[in-house]
Amino acid sequence: MTQFPATVEEQDRTLVLNMGPQHPSTHGVLRLVLEIDGETVLRVRPEVGYLHTGIEKTCEAKFYQQVVPLTDRIDYLCPMTNNLAYCLAVEKLLGLEIPPKAQWMRVLMNELTRINSHLVWLGTHAMDLGAMTVFLYCFREREDVLRFFEMVSGQRMMTSYFRIGGLALEPPLGFFEKVRKFADRFPGNVDEYEGLLTGNPIFMMRTKGVAYLSADDAVALGACGPTLRGSGVDIDLRRDAPYTGYEHFKFKVPVRTEGDVFARYLCRVQELRESIGMVQQALAGMPEGPIKADSPKVVLPDREKMKTQMEALIYHFKIITEGFTVPAGEVYQAIESPRGEMGYYVVSDGTAKPYRVHMRGPSYANLQALAKMCEGQLIADVVAAIGSIDVVLGDIDR
Amino acid sequence: MPLSPAITEIEQLKAHPVLARLLDWNVSIVEAAKFDRDELTIWIAKEAIRGTCAVLRDNSNSPFNYLADLTCLDWYPSEPRFEVVYHLLSIPTKERVRLKVRLDGSSPAIESVTSVWPSANFYEREVFDLFGVRFAGHPNLKRILMPDDWEGHPLRKDYPVEGYR
Repeated sequence: MTQFPATVEEQDRTLVLNMGPQHPSTHGVLRLVLEIDGETVLRVRPEVGYLHTGIEKTCEAKFYQQVVPLTDRIDYLCPMTNNLAYCLAVEKLLGLEIPPKAQWMRVLMNELTRINSHLVWLGTHAMDLGAMTVFLYCFREREDVLRFFEMVSGQRMMTSYFRIGGLALEPPLGFFEKVRKFADRFPGNVDEYEGLLTGNPIFMMRTKGVAYLSADDAVALGACGPTLRGSGVDIDLRRDAPYTGYEHFKFKVPVRTEGDVFARYLCRVQELRESIGMVQQALAGMPEGPIKADSPKVVLPDREKMKTQMEALIYHFKIITEGFTVPAGEVYQAIESPRGEMGYYVVSDGTAKPYRVHMRGPSYANLQALAKMCEGQLIADVVAAIGSIDVVLGDIDR
Repeated sequence: MPLSPAITEIEQLKAHPVLARLLDWNVSIVEAAKFDRDELTIWIAKEAIRGTCAVLRDNSNSPFNYLADLTCLDWYPSEPRFEVVYHLLSIPTKERVRLKVRLDGSSPAIESVTSVWPSANFYEREVFDLFGVRFAGHPNLKRILMPDDWEGHPLRKDYPVEGYR
């Protein structure tokens, strides 16, 4: 990356403009240093780190199960996806088998999380481009999804619902019925959003052919998720490297070849429909059985057992006070988050605390592609480009 | 699924296509290899990392055209202290491999792979920022997450969790 302005002549002609960190369309505290010539953007330099809280360092001082609540706070729009990636990585280190009901619940909650995240993206992206109504509609449905989170975990956003070895709690009575009603209604809601945007001439003018990214550039710059699929690269880890039982589900992976903002929009809206399809499949085929793995040294015992069985009380005490040891080794577990490949690299040295936890955030990867998208575009299109990569700063700065 | 023991003998792992390709290219660069929990790890000689990455990226059977992740481990106080970790993904075949390079603790430096995958840019800056490993040939090696005037490298093991007071 060259320092700019590069030459004295350029200095006379161009202007360096700070966009953010406090700017409504940067979806958090992203700062972009733009070098502009009139309305045209010549170069873009993203500056990040305003939200850095050292979560990776904190993880090294916690027991394995204490890291789960930290993972919620990385990508705050999809807490369960983070929980899942971390739990899967530790379960792989332990060699732990998860009962089918817990797996299906994980898929169900994970897809609801994807819907939640995509709804926030759709609403704010449309609002950035001037469509206010969509925002209100999206947040109406998002409220329903957050209520489901509250039902299962007691929390609307920082859920920590997935635990190492299974789930925290049984889903409450009436939960599946409520989700079923939502799943029946939701495709109609997506039609509503699409009716406002997909054929809307203003929206199309703002998005079609804007912030183009070729397939080769997308791969070279490390873009992932809908940003990569919008450029015509067909990869989805749920299908290509199935985890937590995704191999039992039928779904299509939307891929567009246009590589512009509109293509990424279409990919994500189609994903909303596929996700609700998976929610319906999960509800229809939900197996019966336990929600935690049978591994008393790792998984906390039920409250009932603790009142009647001495061993359960001892294990509970030991897990809470000393944690559990994990065999030495290392695992890189990648899953498909709403924004792309979310990877957790967990290294164990055989003690009760992780030696290293590294989070590979999809927004971090996508942000590198942003500069390429914006060069030669208008300033107003930078806003469309940021929205189209669905950036979450918590995920970048960690 | 009980854990099966890790395989650490290069002889036993020779059949793996990625390792076979590297051994075929240059035997001396492979320092060690491990197959554990369905993941292949290959330790590469420090000088050869950029060449190895280019060979794997242009590999005809399964081109590792995507750098999924790049990070670092600090094994303080043992030596060699640092391990730079590369997670590669082949988008056509969906195969993954992990490369590792050992670096000593006195002045850790390694060649940058930004010329192989431009996406390495931010990752290498992050490793430089948090571990203090220098990447030769990086176009813009500056701190990325911490402030520019920060002292020390927070993810090193001799850096206290609460920071220096």
